[in-house]
Amino acid sequence: MTKPPSDIDIELRMLVEAVYLKYNYDFRDYTGASQKRRVLTALRAMECETVSALQSRVMHDPAAFAQLLQFLTIPVTEMFRDPDYYLAIRRHVVPFLETYPSLKLWVAGCSTGEEVYSMAILLKEEGLLERTLIYATDINPESLDAARRGVMQLDRMRLYTENYQKAGGKAAFSDYYTAAYGGALFDRGLIENVTFADHSLATDSVFAETHFISCRNVMIYFNRRLQNRVLGLFHESLCHRGFLGLGSKESIDFSSYAQRFESLARRERLFRKVGA
Amino acid sequence: MARAAPEDRGLHVRLHASLQGRRIEAVVIGGSAGGVDALIQLLPALPEGYDLPVMCILHLPSDRESRLAELFDERLPLPVREAADKEAIAAGTVYFAGAGYHLSVEQDRTFSLSCEPPVHYARPALDVLMESSADAYGAGLVGILLTGANHDGADGMAQIRARGGFTVVQDPDDAQVGVMPLEAIRRCNPHLVLPLAGIKALLPLLENYKS
Repeated sequence: MTKPPSDIDIELRMLVEAVYLKYNYDFRDYTGASQKRRVLTALRAMECETVSALQSRVMHDPAAFAQLLQFLTIPVTEMFRDPDYYLAIRRHVVPFLETYPSLKLWVAGCSTGEEVYSMAILLKEEGLLERTLIYATDINPESLDAARRGVMQLDRMRLYTENYQKAGGKAAFSDYYTAAYGGALFDRGLIENVTFADHSLATDSVFAETHFISCRNVMIYFNRRLQNRVLGLFHESLCHRGFLGLGSKESIDFSSYAQRFESLARRERLFRKVGA
Repeated sequence: MARAAPEDRGLHVRLHASLQGRRIEAVVIGGSAGGVDALIQLLPALPEGYDLPVMCILHLPSDRESRLAELFDERLPLPVREAADKEAIAAGTVYFAGAGYHLSVEQDRTFSLSCEPPVHYARPALDVLMESSADAYGAGLVGILLTGANHDGADGMAQIRARGGFTVVQDPDDAQVGVMPLEAIRRCNPHLVLPLAGIKALLPLLENYKS
């Protein structure tokens, strides 16, 4: 038995509906519990008494919406997060990628770019970066700007170095950045072939044929309907027998695409599109 | 079957009295320092086919996989699993929150994972699971807070209580570390404060009050 919605759940639904109609950002199929926490955090930070009050402000003030957007998206990530994932890409995906004369890779939901730079470093070390075009997409313009800048917090470098080494890094991690702008500025050469773009997995369509899509810890915020939509986009975008990488606790077992991808490295969540 | 000692009978009477009129749908159990030992004592009280879902959460190091579900699956007569994203919550199953992600319960009684920042330095955090469970189950939830050394869980237990749920805190004097139960008692004014043995007696009774 599910309960009737509480006042705040009604207000939350109205807020995301208003955001969709007014700004065309679609959070309607995001999972509720996490979204509620983030809106309540925004409520406190933006000093609104109620979600309805927040809705009213966001409706009439685009700057307030830009502020709310920073709470609605989750820019928590790290470089070479789950090193085994990257190690598995080197072992199981790179040998196939090497056979293509040119490559397209899509980092979907790239947030502030940590995964993009990690992937570029990996490709560089595998001798593939020069022939790869990377699409790095997100819905949050501030995150995309940060990703373009490529300045990471210096105090994160110890963790990232450790991750990089566990991920099969072949050089010294410090070769890839210099201390600048009060942070670690990553080598511009890494993103020469990266296209950062505003793209919504909830409302936009496929824009290119790709060989490998990495979309980690993005779909956990989506309900099943939206997860199915996104897996549909990926299936459509991937070339014949293309590769898909997900977050370490994500699964396609419950989705309608369960049979259309096969597992390549189960624990590291690497999948491959099943042939037609 | 041996007759219960008089003090046990007294405890049972007290437990039943405090559960009168409840319509229970789910149980959430949280702890931190000393929590594994506490659960090793506690969870064997659950019989096979237990008619409620049991969600367990302990603070875990985030950089490696948790083996708790495996550990308890070998020891208990009912299935024990790590809670998976979008999985429907089923009675008769013990779920553990995995490492590195917050675990929530959605309104449709499925689990969801998230990578939001740690709460009280913890991910998974007790507050996140307890508050979202309170939201989903309301008065049908039983929250049990065990031993621990930080303040995570106090807000969660307060939320369970505020939504009409039933709250039980381990007696701080009985806990391996009393900080967490003390803070929860201060914040949520629990229905029961019990030593581990008392909570162990309570667990199998809960399914008699199933909704």
